[in-house]
Amino acid sequence: MLDQLTSYLHTQGLTPGAANSQLWALIYILVVFGGVSGFVMVINWGERKMLAHFQIRLGPMRVGPHGLLQPIADALKLFTKEDVIPEGADKGIFWAAPVWVVLTGFTTLLVVPFGLSHAVTDMNIGILYMLGISSLGVLGIIMAGWASNSHFPLLGSLRASAQMVSYEVAMGLAIVSAILMTSFTEGWNGTGTLSMIQIVEAQRIQGIWFAFKFFPLGFIAFVIFAIAMVAETNRSPFDLPEAESELVAGFHTEYSGLRWSLFMLAEYAGMVAVSSIATTLWLGGWMRPFPNLLSGPSWDLAFSLVPALLVLFLAGVTIRQALKMPTHPALRANKIGMLILGLIIAGVAFILFLPPVFHRTTDILWFCLKIGFFMYLYIWYRATFPRYRFDQLMRVGWKVLLPLALGVLIVTGIVGLRAEIWAWSVQVAAAIATWARGLFA
Amino acid sequence: MRDETTLTNHLMDDTDDWGEKRRTVLDADELILNMGPQHPSTHGVLRVILKLDGEKILGTECVIGYLHRGVEKIGEHRTYTQFAPYVDRMDYVAAVSNGLGYCEAVEKLLNVEAPPRAQYIRVIMAELQRIASHQVWLGTHALDIGAMTPLFYTFRDREEILKIFEKYCGARLTTHMFRIGGCQYETYDGFEKEVKRFCDFVEPKIGEYEALLTTNRIWVERTKGIGILNGDDCKALGVTGPVLRAAGVKWDLRRAQPYEAYSKFEFDIPVGEHGDTYDRYLVRMKEMYQSLRIIRQAIDNIPEGPIMAKVPKIIKPAVGEVYHSIEAPKGELGYFIASDGSTQPYRMRIRPPSFVNLQGLDKMVRGMLMADVVAVIGTLDIVLGEVDR
Repeated sequence: MLDQLTSYLHTQGLTPGAANSQLWALIYILVVFGGVSGFVMVINWGERKMLAHFQIRLGPMRVGPHGLLQPIADALKLFTKEDVIPEGADKGIFWAAPVWVVLTGFTTLLVVPFGLSHAVTDMNIGILYMLGISSLGVLGIIMAGWASNSHFPLLGSLRASAQMVSYEVAMGLAIVSAILMTSFTEGWNGTGTLSMIQIVEAQRIQGIWFAFKFFPLGFIAFVIFAIAMVAETNRSPFDLPEAESELVAGFHTEYSGLRWSLFMLAEYAGMVAVSSIATTLWLGGWMRPFPNLLSGPSWDLAFSLVPALLVLFLAGVTIRQALKMPTHPALRANKIGMLILGLIIAGVAFILFLPPVFHRTTDILWFCLKIGFFMYLYIWYRATFPRYRFDQLMRVGWKVLLPLALGVLIVTGIVGLRAEIWAWSVQVAAAIATWARGLFA
Repeated sequence: MRDETTLTNHLMDDTDDWGEKRRTVLDADELILNMGPQHPSTHGVLRVILKLDGEKILGTECVIGYLHRGVEKIGEHRTYTQFAPYVDRMDYVAAVSNGLGYCEAVEKLLNVEAPPRAQYIRVIMAELQRIASHQVWLGTHALDIGAMTPLFYTFRDREEILKIFEKYCGARLTTHMFRIGGCQYETYDGFEKEVKRFCDFVEPKIGEYEALLTTNRIWVERTKGIGILNGDDCKALGVTGPVLRAAGVKWDLRRAQPYEAYSKFEFDIPVGEHGDTYDRYLVRMKEMYQSLRIIRQAIDNIPEGPIMAKVPKIIKPAVGEVYHSIEAPKGELGYFIASDGSTQPYRMRIRPPSFVNLQGLDKMVRGMLMADVVAVIGTLDIVLGEVDR
């Protein structure tokens, strides 16, 4: 029994799936789902706070210090709300739609490599699996729009289906060009890979993140993906399916309470999923930045401390903010709570400094940092851009991104195989020369 | 062959001019969509019935009256003085302009004129109100198109105007600032300095809004060529204000029929070219700069003297009628007052710019997409309090 429990811990560099340890796979699933749900709560607070600061507001300030408990209050409110199903709605489908959306949103996360061995499982078709499952999510949105039996959701879900289907094409082509880059790895005999972990490995062996490979080709593909993924997750400026000023709330107009919160959960889980694809394919997954420029064991050590230092910095900010709070009886609970939170974060930071811990978690933290970068971009877009109109959105997808992605794919192939193409053309030229010489001889 | 412009507004009638059932592009049923009166971007309680073919607009019909309070009828049952605060509640985003128009109309009826100092104060306040109104328009218009941040920036800067109003007369929104025959209050100490400081404060801020939007690709795509209303259409529909000027018609009542002290100031009338949403946006942005120009001139040249003309305590105009209109932020705001010689008007009729401008909606959005409806409602800058009265 104990052997079974600990057997996975001895297999270094294997995911629980690959090590065939179902127990640990289950544990990983729980950790990933719990972690992402927690992250959604944090990013929910963070989005409201950041958006507020973009817009010269304070954002949530009442529930807990700096509104830190706001997501919990929101969740409580949503869970205790009346469960409304409209009279004319198709009850079964109406009920199933949010469940379906959450299911697909979270299932994609199974193959996300948070570290070399920190994925639930490593599939040899990992990226294909992610794309496939995440595109099933649109089905839930169509179900929601259709089952609501209302005009605004119907229009919203029609928009959603058209938008997600068309942006998947450009997205897929951008992904293919990244996968093509994996096939240029030395010692892989020209075979690429679809496995999420192997894609990062390829970047490690090639010593370059794919966003910078064949500059600017990789970067263009990355940018295409970064645009398409915003459209894919229905976020501003491509948030047409839930365009607030046009369609009230789009496909989830008729939803409220728990079901509505499931849609929100799925949306944020989807954001995490596509961000992790972008991180894995172009930003070196769990690897630290500048592996070539700043190499050597001392740099390795310095960089592996960065995430822990960041957590410590966060703790410092929290404690400083707590101390800055005005001394007023009404704020005492807030102040103490904030101080305790700061100390907890500081404690986490110190645990992260322990050598056995940070060696195992540093890659996870780097991965999360990169996802956080994308989350910040999402919020930044939302604060800055107006919304595209439907036909313009389609035009951008089909007439700009798709040809561009196709072109990048072709050029990447040519550039990657330039040695072979050169050798082949020399051979052909030589053959023609021989043939011509024979003519005149 | 079916010309879309021949579509009648009887939206439920799905037969064409030959009595056959209409067919849409995909041979699908047309969708009747009720936009409003509870909708985030119909600027209050406007209800637009849309006839849609997918996302395409086949026709619209506005249903108004959800905010009808019978302002005109109330006017006939109040004395001239009592009615003045009511007009503030029509266009509550530009209450000062409403009050200005009403006071001037009654003054015209009484044949009195406000003293020069009062006229200057009125001009300053009305132009400040124009800037505030345009700021509200910009914020909500941008919000409708999906840019949520400008709203907060414009409201931050509008706050400074409201502070000046509050300091001057005690109220921020429905100010009831002017009295028949002049102003009730003398300016407070440091008024000139404060207004000047505001002008210097807000000028770069307007540049800030423009930096966010004017060259923004998405903004330009969403507004250029959308909701075109050319000069002839505007004249036919009676549309006035920035919407008319954006169509290239140089018609501004401040210049065409100068009232108050407007003939003494130098200012340009910004005009557009194509009469589309983008031009209307540019015209209003330029108008804010022109308003600042007027305010600066007025502050520099404000004369000393009384602020009230000699007006009897009980206003009893002679039998007669008067129509007086001013250039409100949204267009021509006209008051028709018929007097029977008593203390109350015999008939009060108000020509609100929003109500007339709203008539352009159907013409502007036909053949456009669903998302353009909110952009066009935003660009018309309607206030439902004024539409319904």
